[in-house]
Amino acid sequence: MAKLIINNLTKIYGNSPEKALEFMDKGCTNSEIRQETKQVVGVRNVSFSVKEGESFVIMGLSGSGKSTLIRCINLLIKPTRGEILIDNEDVTRISSDRLMHLRRKKMSMIFQKFALLPNRRILDNVAYGLEVQNLSRIQRYEKAREAISLVGLQEWEDAYPHNLSGGMQQRVGIARALANDPDILLMDEPFSALDPLIRQDMQDDLLALQEKLHKTIIFITHDLDEALKIGDNIALMKDGVIVQSGAPEDILLSPASDYVARFVENINWTKALTASSVMVKPRVVIYPKDGPMTALRIMEKHGISSLFVVNRSAHLLGYVTADGAYNAVENGIKQLDGIIQKDMPVSAPDTVLSDLLEVMANTKIPLAVVNEDNELKGVLVRGSVIAGLAGARREAGE
Amino acid sequence: MQVWREPEGKRVSKMNHNLFLNITSYFTDGIPRIPLGRWTDQTIEFLQANCRESTQAISDFLEIVIKGLQEGLISVPPLLAILLVALIAWKLAGRKIAIFSLLGLLFIWNIGLWDVTLQTLAMVLVAVFMCILLGVPLGILIAKNETFYRIIAPVLDFMQTLPAFVYLLPAIPFFGLGVVPAVITTLIFAMPPIIRLTYLGLIQVPEELLELGKSFGSTFFQMLLKIELPLARSTIMAGINQCIMLSLSMVVIAAMIGAKGLGGVVWTAIQTLNMGMGFEAGVAIVILAIILDRITSSLGKS
Repeated sequence: MAKLIINNLTKIYGNSPEKALEFMDKGCTNSEIRQETKQVVGVRNVSFSVKEGESFVIMGLSGSGKSTLIRCINLLIKPTRGEILIDNEDVTRISSDRLMHLRRKKMSMIFQKFALLPNRRILDNVAYGLEVQNLSRIQRYEKAREAISLVGLQEWEDAYPHNLSGGMQQRVGIARALANDPDILLMDEPFSALDPLIRQDMQDDLLALQEKLHKTIIFITHDLDEALKIGDNIALMKDGVIVQSGAPEDILLSPASDYVARFVENINWTKALTASSVMVKPRVVIYPKDGPMTALRIMEKHGISSLFVVNRSAHLLGYVTADGAYNAVENGIKQLDGIIQKDMPVSAPDTVLSDLLEVMANTKIPLAVVNEDNELKGVLVRGSVIAGLAGARREAGE
Repeated sequence: MQVWREPEGKRVSKMNHNLFLNITSYFTDGIPRIPLGRWTDQTIEFLQANCRESTQAISDFLEIVIKGLQEGLISVPPLLAILLVALIAWKLAGRKIAIFSLLGLLFIWNIGLWDVTLQTLAMVLVAVFMCILLGVPLGILIAKNETFYRIIAPVLDFMQTLPAFVYLLPAIPFFGLGVVPAVITTLIFAMPPIIRLTYLGLIQVPEELLELGKSFGSTFFQMLLKIELPLARSTIMAGINQCIMLSLSMVVIAAMIGAKGLGGVVWTAIQTLNMGMGFEAGVAIVILAIILDRITSSLGKS
């Protein structure tokens, strides 16, 4: 079920937005509207929906309207027109008491520059959201400590923000948001102010947390690699409009416009592409009932030196090498069982290529791609990886 | 040469009249004169006739408070008080200031200015307390409301630049002679920095922290008490520090309308051309100023 639905949301900055809306509905561009009415279009007729537990990434360059958009969701910025449905309740039409309730219980924000209060200890920073709900000191500290342990900062609860590194400060920001136990996390470029290495750690930790907590996440970023890593779905914004949205690979492999394509061309493809997008079908496999002689013949026919062994329901059992099969034939062994080797690396379908390159460099046999049930889904050979990378770049318009 | 024209039209050389502006004249060089001075007189007369009772009530109340505080302070044994101040200075501002306070106050006691110094201190404390009571809320008001800011900002300029003597005089018909008009004029003179710096401290709170407060569902007063005022604290403390310094300088001027204290000693010294006495009182004021300044400015830093 959709947790959050945005319908035709528009935000116009200026003192007479009605005029700008009129021009907008006539189809004028943003710069025409600005010339004619002196009003600035921040977000223009944006619609999307986010499912419960989904991570939805909004990405775009600065000035694309992404920060305005996320601030409309908790009404830090009042939208000019349109609907924002959270659990089917239009938050643009609710009373200020109800809005306060939603901000306290249902959604929490995480900020680019952490927004920690310098005069408060970490514990009191994390407890802020509970404090404004007038919880007793004991209750709010208990919940705050829980949230702090989720981000692994137990030893720092009595420290002050300036004692912490940037990455740790943002962990505090995340803990503060989680302490309210909201359904929705609004993350406004949460990792943009961090060093690249720390940023990757934080992304990994966020994914691990999300695995546990299943929050609905709206995540703003200007970094495509980050968007691909975090997002179940991605929306690309430009000039206040969503120019393309969809699953990460759809955006990568079929960019809808030159703008998206330009975005996409600079990315690190080994991080963007997953094993499943470049693997080849495992056309030649062998079954346990077949003997070593059959295995040898198949390998000879296809000019390869190893074969994956699968059972009837395609579960991967191991592999045999040409040497192993040859020795078995020499020694008169009729069954494959004895020569199946199991010490091979495997990959999940959604593992990104950058994590596989080293593994592939160190094995003599192709890399098997298996799903959670250990079914063989495909094979990665060096050629297919290179072809996949080249293909992706070509399609992206290079 | 500029000339002044009497109502009858008689030409009089400026030489004879440059000290006393004739505010009753209707023309300057034949051009109708704007009677600001007469309007002021009339306004004050009107206020005096109609607000006398309420100003009298304020005056009586303040008199009790100030006199009470003065007597209370003086009733503390000087050596005990000096040790206490030195201890407070040590706790808040460090050892150097503690030693300075100890020696400085012993010196004041030694030259026999202890009681008058406490009279001055009591007036400063009452004036500063009232400045904070009125100034901080006003600062919050103008930080939150653009219209109020536009109205109050020029009033603050007026309060700070209008020569103190000009409003020293009208204070007399309202509050009589003595400590009360002195404290009221001190209030007018010393309050602007508190208002301005409270305003400054509040508008300097980073936008992201305001967003934090709002996005976590804070009420207006939660925002103010939990985010804005704590972050503006050191700026507001700087305002209070400035307020104390200005109060101290004004309390001396206010001795002219009978405020006594150290200013009274200086005033007497001027009238009797007693340079030694004037200098001693002057040094006592400086010592008091330094102690108050160091202690309050350390409050802002910690």
